[in-house]
Formats: sequence, C-alpha cells, structure tokens
Amino acid sequence: MAYSNKVLDHYNNPRNVGSLDKSSTQVGTGVVGAPECGDVMKLQIQVEGDRIVDAKFKTFGCGSAIASSSLATEWIKGKTLDEALAIQNTQIVEELSLPPVKIHCSVLAEDAIKAAVNDYKAKNSVESPAHQEAQ
Amino acid sequence: MKLPIYLDYQATTPCDPRVVEAMLPYFTEHYGNAASRNHKYGWAAEEAVERSREQIAALLGANPKEIVFTSGSTESINLALKGAAEMYSDKGKHIITCQAEHKAVLDVCKHLEQEGFEVTYLQPDKSGRVSVEQVAAALRPDTILVALMWANNEVGTLNPIREIGALCHEKGVLMFTDATQAAGKVPVDVEADHVDMLCLSGHKIYGPKGVGVLYVRRKNPRVRIVAQMDGGGHERGMRSGTLNVPGIVGLGKACELARTELESESKRSSELRDHLEKRIFGELDFVHLNGNREHRLPNNLNVSFAYVEGESLLMGISDVAVSSGSACTSASLEPSHVLRAMNVGEDLAHSSIRFGIGRFTTREEVDFAADQVIAAVKRLRELSPLYEMAQEGIDLKTVKWQGASH
Repeated sequence: MAYSNKVLDHYNNPRNVGSLDKSSTQVGTGVVGAPECGDVMKLQIQVEGDRIVDAKFKTFGCGSAIASSSLATEWIKGKTLDEALAIQNTQIVEELSLPPVKIHCSVLAEDAIKAAVNDYKAKNSVESPAHQEAQ
Repeated sequence: MKLPIYLDYQATTPCDPRVVEAMLPYFTEHYGNAASRNHKYGWAAEEAVERSREQIAALLGANPKEIVFTSGSTESINLALKGAAEMYSDKGKHIITCQAEHKAVLDVCKHLEQEGFEVTYLQPDKSGRVSVEQVAAALRPDTILVALMWANNEVGTLNPIREIGALCHEKGVLMFTDATQAAGKVPVDVEADHVDMLCLSGHKIYGPKGVGVLYVRRKNPRVRIVAQMDGGGHERGMRSGTLNVPGIVGLGKACELARTELESESKRSSELRDHLEKRIFGELDFVHLNGNREHRLPNNLNVSFAYVEGESLLMGISDVAVSSGSACTSASLEPSHVLRAMNVGEDLAHSSIRFGIGRFTTREEVDFAADQVIAAVKRLRELSPLYEMAQEGIDLKTVKWQGASH
C-alpha cells in the first residue's frame, strides 16, 4: 500500500506526542477506539478560557491513524472549543489523501477531539468562569 | 546488503540460479510438447518431465507415477478435496479439517458444504497445533477425508501428520496434507507418514511460480479422484492441459536441491531464526511468540509486539520485507484467521509480524532486521497509549473501550 507524503511525514515526525496531566481541571482527555479493532487514540487538550493552548496525543494504530491524530492536535492548538468541535473527519481525509479503507482513522480522530472537549466540559461544568480565569 | 531485506520466504522465494539454469533450455531448445509421442522434440520434453517426476518423488518418498503436475498448491488442493469428495461421496459426506488451514483449503471446504458435504473445523490449540486425539474424536462412520496442513504458513507450527496419517489408515479414511510450507524444510515420507494425498508448490522452494504437484497414492489404498478440468486426459486423466515443461523441470531441480540440502539448510536457517528470536526477546519486553517452540518450521518466526499495531510497525521497518497478521495489511480488513483460531487475542493478532528466513539470508541481514524492528517497536511504544497504560499498571482487559471504529 502506498502512503501519501503527508501521512509519511506525520508518521515519521509526529507532532505533539505525549501526555498532559489528566487529573488537571484544565485538561480534557479523550480515549477512543479499542485494541481489538487495532486502533486506540488518546487525545488531550489544555484549555485556558475557551481556547485550546496545548494538545497532545498518543495513538496505537496504523500509519494513517497516527497521522490523523497528529494532524488533529496540530489543527486544534490555538482554536476555541467550538472551533475544535467543528472539525470534520472529511477535512482530515482531504488533507492526508486517505484512501477509502482508511476513512475510519479520520472518524476516530474527529471522535477523539469531541471526546477530549466533552471531558473538559464535564470536568468544568460546576466551576464558574471567574474561577477558570483566575487560573 | 541489498535493501529492503527479504524476510518473507513463506510468501514466496526467489528462484535458485541452479533452477533457472536447468529450465532455460526448455524454453528455446527443447520446446516440444511432452504429449507429442512421435518426434524427438516431444521425447526430449517427456524425458525431462519424467526426470522431474523422479526428483519430486525422491523428496516425498513416493513413486514417480504418483506425481500429478498442477499450476500450484491452490489447484492441487481444489483437485484433491473436490476430486476425492466427488469420487467417494457414496461412502460418506463428512470431511475433517482445521480452522487454521490456508484459505485455499477453507474455501474449498465451504464450497463442498454448499454441495451437501459436512465439514468439521477442528480448533487448534494455542500454538496452532491439532492433536491426533482431536481427529480421532471427530471421526465418524461417514468420514471420507481428513485435510490437515503439515506446517502452518503463518506461525510455522507442525501438525503430528504421522500420527494422524496412521489413524486415518487404520480407520480407512483418506489423509490429505498441504505440505506447501513443509516440503523441503522438514523430512517428508508419504509411506512412513501414511499420507494419501499431498500438495506442494514450486515457488515456495526456490522453484518457479505457476507449477506445483499433487501426490496421489496408488497403492494401499489406491486413491481415485475425479478430474476437475476436462480436456486431453493428461496426468493419467487427473489433470488435463499441456504440461508446463520448463516449470516442471525447474520444480524437479528445486526438489532435488531441497532434498540434498535439507539437513544443512534447516540447521543454518534455524540458527539464524534463533538468533533473530533471541535478539528480539532479549531487547524488548511484552513480546509474544506465536506458534510452537518445539514443533515449528526451522525458518519461521511469528511474533506479536504488544501495544504496537502491525501495519504501523511495517511502515517503520520499510527496509525489511515481512508480513503482518494485522487487519490493516490484509485485503479483507480482518486480522489473521490463524491467530484468531489460536485464541491469541485480537489485540495481539493486530500486533503480529511474521519473519521468514531463507536460503539466501545472511547473519548480517538478520542483525540489520533485528536492529530496525527493535528501534521501531521502541519508537512506536512511545506513541502508544496502550503501552503507557500498561506501564501505569492498568489491565487493558478491564478497560471499557468506547467509540470503536468497527
């Protein structure tokens, strides 16, 4: 199978690999996929106000899954939560030129962004905006 | 060193230069049709075909008259299973095989099920092996055929063919074995091993592609099969079609080399395989051997690297040509049916790599491959959320996974 140059680039030089402190209230964590399916993505965001100031990922999966999640972290950094939620898997497919059999990798990356944002929102729903700004 | 390093010898092998040399005159000089009985061109071709039959029979401990030429193992399997089922359907309609067989066997069995045959698919043990006790328990009065591979193409596990063959002969049931991976690597003797039908393929043993053999026993018992292709009645009526003389000459030479060099080659490849295995297991944690350490082909190593997905690992070792049991590398998008049948766990099936050592593999190449694999696994584990969780002491089996892609 031939990979696009962008997939190869993300695979060889993945952006934003790592982990954030998942117990922090400023951090939202999304883990999607399952080992039996051959894909697990963990995507984390660090949020200030409503803006994503940092993002990290770790992925168990094929090269396209690694590239999709690497690209997702690149795209959401600096975006607001709502802007991040608006990212669609089709944009990832287009950017990475994923073939039809790899579309599920992009779906998983979109799910991971949503899961991370939702985790952050769930963690912070009881806290006042003023308190967040104080941090 | 020529890159990428070829360690996929179970998939196919290069032609041995000695094989190519033997074949060449039969393309341009001795191009006769082996069925032409009335001129020198035909006689030369026929003579070459008969010499090849002898070379192949010698490797198998068979009589040359028991060798039927085909296009390869897939055709031989179709001919053997469908041909025997059709011939003996009056005696019974039950066939025994195993879930870890090659798709060629499994798909023919499925076809026969549609024709009204009943097939028992034995489940192998965790190492991929079927026991003679399992076969004995599955035998029925209407069982006509047992089809079990000699060596598994993915994990290299050897089945106890001699014991199973003896049982079949005792019970009057035909024994077919797919020896595509085993021939030339482990000793095969159709008499001592009580085998009634056996297939092998040229390109797996340093011969050409597109030529193979079906061995069909002539005595004790005399096996009869119904031809699956109509035509000129070649190969004693079992397989019509003009003989592929250059291919047959090449296959004969390949079998002769395999027989004379079997012992030294098997020793050499198992030493290299063991070296590769030692390096991988010595330098990485969370590595699982798929297969049977004791009953295994000398050149096969199948390993699961936990927490690393197979296809991404193949991408990371692009200078090494190997295969993976990962779904992402197969046309069907399903992980290896062999590893699934062995119950190694779907996660480990996705993480498996098959290495195959061959006649032309050097120690330098094995070390290069080991370096690449070890470095790639370490790098990908840094990227793996599963490895991180395992390091934190989380049991992945207890995690409730969500948003699974399929």
